[in-house]
Amino acid sequence: MTGNPLRSRRAEWLVTLPSLLWLGLFFAVPAVIVLAFTFHGHTPNGGVGEWSLETWRELVDPDYPAIVWNTIRISFEVTLWSIVLALPCAYAIARMNSRWRAIVAGSIMLPFWTSFVVRVFAWKTMLHPDGWLQSCYLTFLRVREWMFGWLPGSLKGLFVWMGLANSGPVDPAASTILDSEAAVVLVSVYSFLPFAIMPIYTAAEKFDFSLLEAARDLGAKSFYAFRKIFIPGIKQGLISAILMVFIPAIGSYVIPQMLGGTDCVLIGNKIFMRAIQNRNIPHASALATLMAVSVLIPIACAMWWKRRQNARDRKRLEAETARLMIGGASS
Amino acid sequence: MSNEFLIFDHVTKRFGALTAVDDVSFSVAKGEFFSLLGPSGCGKTTLLRMLGGFERPDSGRIYLEGKDITDLPPNQRRIHTVFQNYALFPTMTIWDNIAFSLKLAKMEKGEIEEKVDDILEMIQMSEHAWKYPSQLSGGQKQRVAIARALVDRPQVLLLDEPLAALDLKLRQHMLLELDTIHDQVGITFLYVTHDQGEAMSLSDRIAVLNRGKVEQLDGPAKIYEAPASRFVASFIGDTNFLSGEIVAVDGDYCTIQCEGFPAVKAFNDRKIKVGDSVDLSVRPEKIRVTLAPPPPEKGASINVFLSTVKDIVYQGVYTKYWIESSGKRLAALKPHSRFLLDQESITWNDEVFVWWHPDDGYMVEAK
Ligand SMILES: Nc1ncnc2c1ncn2[C@@H]1O[C@H](COP(=O)(O)OP(=O)(O)OP(=O)(O)O)[C@@H](O)[C@H]1O
Ligand SMILES: [Mg+2]
Repeated sequence: MTGNPLRSRRAEWLVTLPSLLWLGLFFAVPAVIVLAFTFHGHTPNGGVGEWSLETWRELVDPDYPAIVWNTIRISFEVTLWSIVLALPCAYAIARMNSRWRAIVAGSIMLPFWTSFVVRVFAWKTMLHPDGWLQSCYLTFLRVREWMFGWLPGSLKGLFVWMGLANSGPVDPAASTILDSEAAVVLVSVYSFLPFAIMPIYTAAEKFDFSLLEAARDLGAKSFYAFRKIFIPGIKQGLISAILMVFIPAIGSYVIPQMLGGTDCVLIGNKIFMRAIQNRNIPHASALATLMAVSVLIPIACAMWWKRRQNARDRKRLEAETARLMIGGASS
Repeated sequence: MSNEFLIFDHVTKRFGALTAVDDVSFSVAKGEFFSLLGPSGCGKTTLLRMLGGFERPDSGRIYLEGKDITDLPPNQRRIHTVFQNYALFPTMTIWDNIAFSLKLAKMEKGEIEEKVDDILEMIQMSEHAWKYPSQLSGGQKQRVAIARALVDRPQVLLLDEPLAALDLKLRQHMLLELDTIHDQVGITFLYVTHDQGEAMSLSDRIAVLNRGKVEQLDGPAKIYEAPASRFVASFIGDTNFLSGEIVAVDGDYCTIQCEGFPAVKAFNDRKIKVGDSVDLSVRPEKIRVTLAPPPPEKGASINVFLSTVKDIVYQGVYTKYWIESSGKRLAALKPHSRFLLDQESITWNDEVFVWWHPDDGYMVEAK
């Protein structure tokens, strides 16, 4: 149907209006409010005080840079592991026949039928110092100690440096998984893995696998074909997967709260603490803003860089075409 | 021996209960343009995939230049494929697509550039080098796919119905181009098609496949003129079959009593005996249909009988006459030409003389 362009324009607006209103009301407005709060002081009974820069001045806490850095580092780690696990998983599902595909894809979503907090709590029991995972871990450490124990000092030092050996005898009290960063990373990867698999799988499902055969045919090893043809082919899915994991990881506070102990305090916990325990809403807002900005800046940089690269590609194409046209005309 | 460049030695491939390739043996000479021709599902692609290394034969071996390549993975064979759907890498430019195999071979940058630019020139696609595959037309993609597979000079180039997705005019154009490319590069081409016209016009030799078996392996003319079986005769071109029994043998010729037609004579090169059942294949263009009897200088030994014209179909290049006798039909083709205007024109239900030379009938065994 070729209608009046103005009318179809208006129809378009009408269709998107509800979601725009929703986003405006529950996303843009709160974001502005949060930003505005940061320029207020706070009252002792948990209210928001007068306009002032007092909150931002207070923010210069020697703790914060380390916590921000930790949060970003751990989020990166979680994202990396999730993607590394999700890639082969999504690839395998996409290559299954449709019946198995439905079964496996369904079972990946299965954990969502149970409450998130319950699942995290289950991990807390599983990782308990008297639990079986912990004893497996200790056995592993002891076997490793036994394997490397007889090595001369310098050689052993090399393995310790590579993270393959323990520096000393196994100390069960100091080697608990629970209440450590390892627990936070482990359970975060567990929780976010489906969010990484799904977008990659969706992209992989549309991927033309005969391209991998073509690459093999032209002399590529399987892994090279996977890297050079499959990965670029599902790039969009990969980017969504990274964002789907990284963004919630940055804001996560339940997992570090329940499993991180005092070892692993992330920015989410700090915000929670300032807002609920200290009843300092402006301070919590400022922390949230700080975190958002420190994530948005690298993303904006990456986008800018990508756009510049695209423009450069286009210029190259134009220049190359022009060169050939001139060459063709003169010959 | 040069004919032993590429050898299929009793190769069989099964998919469950289905035998897709059934004990196939043949060899291809170096530099040859060799076609695999057969109907859909006869195992052509399966044969190519075994050669490319994507399927492993259940039994039999494949040799290339004296080396057993049956168990080599695809990336260790210097055999490249032009896929039917082109399989160009959508995330790479045309240039990078073509350079793919060269980069894998760890070639120097300057050399890669030279080779890619050369082949781009050969396929006349230089000005498209920095485009992406989605920005090309079908024929252009086709040429890029061929260039990508040829650029590092493989030992064998496999083409799996490369022209199937193109329209008629473009297909004819690409046929010529393929022929030129083959002459230029001198690489062995293994060409899969179910279009007999393509196979006939390009190939040095053709293997006709049916249900996973090679029915005949010969040059195009031989396959057309001397089909080895009823299947080959009917699959390649158009033909009439007369089924009958041999009633007399007279030197090199024999007489066949056909159902529905008077007895006809045919050249008997197969030493078929009296009493054998045969199918006689006579191509429509070899049969003449005239109102006047055949001129006496054509000899007394030709096959001639009277029959009725039932149908006339104008086909541009030819007119096709269907004649019928006791419920059996034969087709005859007649070209249009001013020189033929002196003959009276034939219409429906005319009594006509139908005649052909005994050497133009070819006997295949009756099934
Ligand atoms: N991977 C497979 N699994 C099961 N059966 C297969 C497989 N590949 C091919 N076949 C069967 O083997 C037979 C030969 O297939 P093949 O693809 O070689 O035919 P083809 O001659 O290339 O036909 P077309 O002209 O239609 O491409 C077919 O009956 C097909 O169904
Ligand atoms: Mg096929």
